Amino acid sequence: MSLLEIKNLSVEFGSQHNPFRAVEGLDLTVEQGEIVGIVGESGSGKSVTMMAMMGLLEGQGRIVADTLQFDGKDLLTISARERRKIVGKDIAMIFQDPMTSLNPSYTVGYQIMEVLKIHQGLRGAALKQRALELMEMVEIPAAASRLAAYPHQLSGGMSQRVVIAMAIACSPKLLIADEPTTALDVTIQAQIMDLLVNLQKSQNMALIMITHDLAVVAEVAHKVAVMYAGQVAEMAKVPGIFRKPAHPYTEALLKSIPEHSKGAHRLSTLAGIVPGQYDRPSGCLLSPRCPYVQDKCKAQRPGLTAIEGGVVRCHYPITAKEA
Amino acid sequence: MLSFIFRRLGLLIPTFFGITLLTFGLIRMIPGDPVEVMVGERTLDPQMHADAMHRLGLDKPLYAQYIDYISNLLHGNLGESLVTKSSVWVEFKTLFPATLELALAAMLFAVVFGLLAGVTAAIKRGSILDHGVMGISLTGFSMPIFWWGLILIMFFSVKLGWTPVSGRLDLAYDITPRTGFMLIDTWLAEAADPAANAGAFKDALMHLILPAIVLGTIPLAVIARMTRSSMLEVLREDYVRTARAKGLSPARVIFVHTLRNALIPVLTVIGLQVGTLMGGAVLTETIFSWPGIGKWLIDAISRRDYPVVQNGILIVATLVIVTNFIVDILYGVANPRIRHAK
Repeated sequence: MSLLEIKNLSVEFGSQHNPFRAVEGLDLTVEQGEIVGIVGESGSGKSVTMMAMMGLLEGQGRIVADTLQFDGKDLLTISARERRKIVGKDIAMIFQDPMTSLNPSYTVGYQIMEVLKIHQGLRGAALKQRALELMEMVEIPAAASRLAAYPHQLSGGMSQRVVIAMAIACSPKLLIADEPTTALDVTIQAQIMDLLVNLQKSQNMALIMITHDLAVVAEVAHKVAVMYAGQVAEMAKVPGIFRKPAHPYTEALLKSIPEHSKGAHRLSTLAGIVPGQYDRPSGCLLSPRCPYVQDKCKAQRPGLTAIEGGVVRCHYPITAKEA
Repeated sequence: MLSFIFRRLGLLIPTFFGITLLTFGLIRMIPGDPVEVMVGERTLDPQMHADAMHRLGLDKPLYAQYIDYISNLLHGNLGESLVTKSSVWVEFKTLFPATLELALAAMLFAVVFGLLAGVTAAIKRGSILDHGVMGISLTGFSMPIFWWGLILIMFFSVKLGWTPVSGRLDLAYDITPRTGFMLIDTWLAEAADPAANAGAFKDALMHLILPAIVLGTIPLAVIARMTRSSMLEVLREDYVRTARAKGLSPARVIFVHTLRNALIPVLTVIGLQVGTLMGGAVLTETIFSWPGIGKWLIDAISRRDYPVVQNGILIVATLVIVTNFIVDILYGVANPRIRHAK
């Protein structure tokens, strides 16, 4: 059985009469100890999917799915109280901006220990000892003295390490990193990525990495899901998806990496923007922007079809040539 | 932190001078003088009037009177009432506990219900509850104190007979003032002599409820609105999402992670309400015949009792300034980012 199994997940915002589907018919499975990359433009529904799964949408979004299972538990029917026993313990999440993700009024130590107290019932010396261990695990120098520091006294990189320490406090089975390095300096980004991958190996946890950075995904992920306008456009194993992208959108994403355009005058881009709430085409969502668009694409929405090593949502997947 | 405290203290000196000038000037702008008011409607011989003014030192030019006043102040002499001849400080000390008791009760009422209302409105944002709470608080804020007080008296005291109309305690009780706080004094008296003073504490409490509600209404409305907007702002913060992602209970997310940060601006507002409270106390005490400094000052103004007005207001202003000063320091305690700023 998979650790995480999502089938046909949709998340809607707004009124009943005029809903906006941020996520539509999303399928995703994550095995124990697997690293899955989720890539896509801003607004493609990457974060919303994860927030929906963790119950962080707080009644703002309507969530519908055929299956939403984590570790054998049905997250759709579970009570809020039961869900809170899983969230923060077995599923943990790291957010984009470490400088605003920590509460400015409490010390770093307090915020780490809070998780341990709630989920593991640790108290006293054992609690402090475990917090210190965690700070050392995420390679924070002078960990003992940093426990009493307030978030504003730490740099962005240090804050992100604290957030990571908080997330792995209860040895989660699944860690979700939502663009964990976007807000950091380039040099720090590499350190944080290394740290995450090392922790993933040593703790043997599954890791879902939401990112814009295809290079990172290519390096560490086992599987990649490419999202477009709330749908999975393509999901396939690494490195296959990078060598032979089946979806025109995946191909366009890969072409837009600067290294792939060496010698060219202009960076390759995909013209247009992700369709918004009111201008979604009736056919394939990519059809207005797709370079290979055909009549059928404009008329009919494609479903997911199996390809070698994954699935693709396209009437005419690219098969012949190597990218 | 220490240099911050000293800088703030330095700013107080010009403030005090401003207050002395203002009270000194304003009371003398009111037509009539203490002697005329004392004599009342009887005709007054101009020679006697001049003698009396001379005895009180009020025949000197204004600048000389002001210099006398300030030099007395600097010697720690707050002067004597022109009417009762007793020391302003002693009168203040006797009356102040009554006002303080009323103000504390009003503040307790305002803070408890204001925070509750604000937090509830923020959590249930956009619901009927939110609109209801905010509508009531806007009404409360716009209500004239004297009118609100009279309405409550009419309804609860006159019509329903639940609470007494005025004063601090029923005349049937004879309580020796020990602390000046009626609730404490009656409590002690009841404990010492249960037979003679049965029900005194409850009676004191019943006397306190209506004036405290009247005086606390405006601060309550201000605190409720401020708490609501501040909570809504903090609820959108990333660290609140982090707290939820940690699997904390909704109560913990609201009270530990949200309210603590939302309280910082509310604290300032609470401090500022102390001024409103002192102003409101003057009206409230007059309506409820509450023997505190508000009523004392009103009486002093109508008698043109210059020393009482000048120094009474100066003491009250000092209290307001000191409270705000303490709030500024508390602000640092609540907010580590300010505490650590150099």
